[in-house]
Amino acid sequence: MQAFLASVVSVAFHGAALGMILYVISVGLSVTMGLMGFANLAHGVFAMAGGYVLTTAISRFGVPFPVALALAFALVGAASVILERLLYSRLYTASDLEQVLFTIGLIFIAVAVARFIYGTLQQPVVLPEYLKGQFSLLGRDFPMYRVFIIVFSGVMVGLLWFGVERTRWGAMVRAAVDNRAMAQSVGIDTKRLFTLTFALGSGLAGLGGGLGAEIIAIQPTYPFENLVYFLVVVAVGGLGSLRGPFVAALLIGVADTACKYWLPQFGAFPIYVATIAILLWRPAGLFGRRA
Amino acid sequence: MSAHAGGYSADPRIRPVEWLPWIVALAAFFVLPEYLSLGARILIYVLYALSLDLIVGYAGIITLGHSAYFGLGAYVAGILAAKTGISDPLLQLAAAAAAGALLGLVTGAIILRTRALTLLMLTLAITSVLLEIANKASWLTGGADGLSGVVVAPVLGLFKFDIFGKTAYLYCLVVLLVGWWLVRKMIYSPFGTSLRGMRENSLRMHAIGAPVYWRLVLVYTVSATIAGVAGGLITQTNQFVGLNVLSFESAGELLVMLILGGVGRIYGAFVGPVVYLVAQDMLAKQFPEYWYLGIGTMLVLVVMFARGGILGIVDSLRARLRRKA
Repeated sequence: MQAFLASVVSVAFHGAALGMILYVISVGLSVTMGLMGFANLAHGVFAMAGGYVLTTAISRFGVPFPVALALAFALVGAASVILERLLYSRLYTASDLEQVLFTIGLIFIAVAVARFIYGTLQQPVVLPEYLKGQFSLLGRDFPMYRVFIIVFSGVMVGLLWFGVERTRWGAMVRAAVDNRAMAQSVGIDTKRLFTLTFALGSGLAGLGGGLGAEIIAIQPTYPFENLVYFLVVVAVGGLGSLRGPFVAALLIGVADTACKYWLPQFGAFPIYVATIAILLWRPAGLFGRRA
Repeated sequence: MSAHAGGYSADPRIRPVEWLPWIVALAAFFVLPEYLSLGARILIYVLYALSLDLIVGYAGIITLGHSAYFGLGAYVAGILAAKTGISDPLLQLAAAAAAGALLGLVTGAIILRTRALTLLMLTLAITSVLLEIANKASWLTGGADGLSGVVVAPVLGLFKFDIFGKTAYLYCLVVLLVGWWLVRKMIYSPFGTSLRGMRENSLRMHAIGAPVYWRLVLVYTVSATIAGVAGGLITQTNQFVGLNVLSFESAGELLVMLILGGVGRIYGAFVGPVVYLVAQDMLAKQFPEYWYLGIGTMLVLVVMFARGGILGIVDSLRARLRRKA
């Protein structure tokens, strides 16, 4: 019984860490899809880029860990603005098929470039001393880095929710998600708003990719292999909401960890089946308002 | 609408130019005997792309999971051949077709009630489920090592599969001919026109009383059946099944071939795989990094500048020439 309880606590803890990472990466996708209806399958590219920025900054240039995290956020966000202005913005009115194909093309390019620069090997993450070791709570030991992931992501999530719920920018985003035409006609510059939101979402993906580099391995096939997870979070959570993907990400993080721990012979099978069941039950996702 | 896209009012008779692919395919058989195994692969992918074109190009159903039906067909044919000793190729193909049809009908009836992102996600999830099953049920499928020991008897008891791939090539060509005839017939029928109607404006099709949902399920099932046959063919010609037949990358590659040739036109599904697979054969092994870079760049460029693919470019060039003349 004691051992079982310990494994339950462990699964919940590691699952929460994975879920937090998935949320930080995917929340931007939820907002941009809700805002512009853009089927951006290449969102994982930003997460991968963040991972590469972090690992390169630390191991090649000796940048301190917190600065490397900030770099992952800032560089990826800045790069995404260029992509958005140059390419994405031309396809807002295009059909779903064209958006899907375009973003698959971006994935292919990113995979090739990553392999070209870094080779196919997984990038090692060098953690600073203060994030190694164990953290004791109530007589149990937890890996320090996972604790950091949960706390740090929690703070980011809090900031994001404050931004969306309490600031002027957040009010404009919510207005545009609800009714873009109406938001435009009352004078909100939705084009600029979207560029900003896209940059923030991509930056967060970069941050999540860097933060989670130890959990979700940074390698060239990253955007392909994890695409299903990011899309599941958004589809199950519901487009355009902040709370939905949060619940979905935690559910998936815990369920995935539990499956790997107790039912390794089934692989990711239960996750996919659960996803199909949830989407058939609620096609718009758990918290989505529109199908 | 382009000349080769078919339609209710279009003349359903086969135009002389439509025999061109078959003449080229037969000529290739005699002129390029050392490339017959690549040729058979191309023929199979043309059939596979044709099945995808039916749902993506004509009915407007966007899917990332078409490899589910291709992979199921491949595994059904392979398991029959390797585990049960049923070695007759036509029987294996019939089983692959039946399996594809059944899965297509069941999944189609479920997922076609949804739209957009949800639909996309469901197609992806269904393929992922099949991939996990194929990966984990290694006693049946060989798991990550793949399924070997596939035995294929002579076609009709007469034509043995030879090491030069002559039989395989002609066999695939005949199956493709049947598939093409079927798809063409469908596209030129009133049913084909109603498919295009649903793609262009599903709301209006509902409004004029068309049974939109059931027609989508029907075309999805037909498409899955053809994809299952293509999967069976790939097993028979390779005499091996690997997990990659079910992967997301393979579904993505197929989409790339189709968009390259031209979506929503029968012969786009012919041109795309030929160009893609020949280029892959020549370039991919020497320059693997550049290959994916090239594919990605090409996709982005096609979406940005040439939405009709290669055949779309040909069409606009012809239109320009005609205007000058």
